[in-house]
Amino acid sequence: MRVILISIWVSVTMASLVERSASARVVALATLHKGDRGVVRQVLEIDAGVVGDQVGASIGRRLVEIGFVPGERVQVIAVVWPGDDPMAVRVGSTVFALRRREAQAVLVQVEAP
Amino acid sequence: MTLHARADNFRLALVGVPNCGKTALFNRLTGSRQKVANYPGVTIERKEGSFASADGTRQYQLIDLPGTYSLLPVTLDEAITRDAITGRLHGEPAPDLIVCVVATTNLRLSLRLVLELKLIGRPMIVALNMSDLAKQRGYKLDRARLESELGVRVVETVAVQSSGARELAAAIEVLCASLETQRTASRRVDAAEESRPSAQVAAPTVPLAKNSAEIETTQREARRILRDSGYVEPLRTRALTRIDAVVMHPLGGPLLLAALLFAIFQAVFTWAATPMAWISSGVSSLGTAVSAAMPAGALQSLLVDGVIKGAGAVVVYLPQILILFFFILLLEDSGYLPRAAFLLDRLMGSVGLSGRSFIPLLSSYACAIPGIMATRTIPNVRDRIATILLAPIMTCSARLPVYALIISAFITERSIGWFSLRGLVLFGLYVLGVLGALLVAYVMKRVTLRSGYQPLMLELPEYHWPNLRNLALGLYERTTIFLTRVGTIILSLMIVLWFLASFPGPPAGATGPAIQYSFAGMMGRGLHTVFAPLGFNWQICVALVPGLAAREVAVGALGTVYALSGSTAHVDQALRPMLASSWSLATALSLLAWYVFAPQCLSTLVTARRETNSWRYPLIMAGYLFAMAWVASFATYRIATALTGSA
Repeated sequence: MRVILISIWVSVTMASLVERSASARVVALATLHKGDRGVVRQVLEIDAGVVGDQVGASIGRRLVEIGFVPGERVQVIAVVWPGDDPMAVRVGSTVFALRRREAQAVLVQVEAP
Repeated sequence: MTLHARADNFRLALVGVPNCGKTALFNRLTGSRQKVANYPGVTIERKEGSFASADGTRQYQLIDLPGTYSLLPVTLDEAITRDAITGRLHGEPAPDLIVCVVATTNLRLSLRLVLELKLIGRPMIVALNMSDLAKQRGYKLDRARLESELGVRVVETVAVQSSGARELAAAIEVLCASLETQRTASRRVDAAEESRPSAQVAAPTVPLAKNSAEIETTQREARRILRDSGYVEPLRTRALTRIDAVVMHPLGGPLLLAALLFAIFQAVFTWAATPMAWISSGVSSLGTAVSAAMPAGALQSLLVDGVIKGAGAVVVYLPQILILFFFILLLEDSGYLPRAAFLLDRLMGSVGLSGRSFIPLLSSYACAIPGIMATRTIPNVRDRIATILLAPIMTCSARLPVYALIISAFITERSIGWFSLRGLVLFGLYVLGVLGALLVAYVMKRVTLRSGYQPLMLELPEYHWPNLRNLALGLYERTTIFLTRVGTIILSLMIVLWFLASFPGPPAGATGPAIQYSFAGMMGRGLHTVFAPLGFNWQICVALVPGLAAREVAVGALGTVYALSGSTAHVDQALRPMLASSWSLATALSLLAWYVFAPQCLSTLVTARRETNSWRYPLIMAGYLFAMAWVASFATYRIATALTGSA
């Protein structure tokens, strides 16, 4: 029962996110380019997103712990050639190096340059 | 529990996110000299020190713990921190007081951890570290308001200033005084009811957040507190942004990194030349003086050929080692290293490792032992073992004397454009080490140590001006370590080697040099069968054996072996021209190739055993390194012989 409720909630949230993205462009942080800015909207659990060997130590959780909190401003300050991977992302006053794959978990609302 | 029994003894733990200055603060409070650097994860083991209260009645035991973003660990060092503060580490009691260190310039990241630590319910003090830097850079914060919001004492500290921890020490005194009163009171109760079972203090249960949603809630609370405490972060200065634009430029960044490393190896040769000449002439005049003052005989030979020539041959390399460390320390302190890891993440990823392996591997350039210890910051166990196995290929500073000796004996000093040929060859040897490591990593990750996707998530700290005191201390420490090594391990090995090389004496009517008939000579000829295909002569084989205990001993050992095997006419001849005249270029290059890969260091194998808790990996390490070294030397020797046309 609980599982069903949660999945309904997830799909509703996703739907509302998709809806919002049409107007305010909510995309994965991984799709941003150097210099792009945005505001974190949501952090998702991504597939195979386990850090290290600890069960439950998910990438999503660690991203929230290091400051990718909804409402926080982010900016891509550097990318590595070729493939623009990994990327250096400023969140609040800290800079973190993320691989594109983990940046996939962070949904941001892109700001006009 | 014995510590708890005394009312005047307190255990304090320093906790905080990585790179907030815990170790600097630890050093400030205890007056010790633990290593600090500007990158996350320098402290990988808990470190302990102590200091006394101002009136001398109380003793504080301070534990410096590895940095952690959260009490839900993802790496081994983070798990150590969690276990230490919850009293689950090797039956150690939980600390009486937690000092949570936060960088004032990075409160957004650290305040959630403060809230999480508060839930443990231990007495706590928050140290706002780097408060001077924060003010200077324009951060604003109402400390009193933050204190009342958090409900714990909040003090400002400047760990790099001599008086910077005074307020924290005072706050510790006040809090511990009140804890002491509580303890005495509870002990009185204990004494009253004797039925109480012997000190069974349960480890405190930790109410941990279960999922991202709960963590998000704490983060929101942290942000509200910061807002209400009037926390203002300044915009980043343009200069810093510009530095990053260059350092992390997609094309310029890697070029700058290569140029930096290159310049370091050039400097190792060019800057060190003069001081090395001083030391070397000092050593040889000491040798002459001793020979002149003493009657010829066994004792004179021990002192001159064993001690002075052997240990002296190693001491000469002190300037080069110091120059190398001068640069390593500068890079560490400035905050450049994590950016280099960022730039190299892709390269590491292409062989199956994460950028997180970069810093342990880079530390291995100093010495593989701290490098292997630093692998504790790698979250995945397979990645960690792969990195441990790679660490000894990195060119550690003990190889430098060997490289430098052979290069300066066989490579003529010539400049090619802006560069010196010797510097280029040295750079080439370092590059060969890196290429070898990449190859091994690639094979290892394909064959046995495959791991799932590993995230990077590495913090890139703000740049700092390197602290001169820190730099001077680091170099002083290196000098002490090196000279202690020379004075203890190397010196005693040299004396042992002298005996092995001098006894038994040659039989009557022998024609060759005495050493050929000695134990060392026999040993060398025995090993010679294995190493002859690599072009090594028996003198090299003798020198390789003590080199197992400390690589640089090989240099001294060659000094002694050649001093003893030379005819009286050129006993005083310096080692370099001696080598140049008795080895072919192919042999020299082959020995260099051997030293790039060979498992020539027993302490590394022992450390690997300790860190992996089994002999399996050290044995694999020794096996594959030996095979690689043999093949590389063999190939080098054959190719060089074919090219130079001599054997």
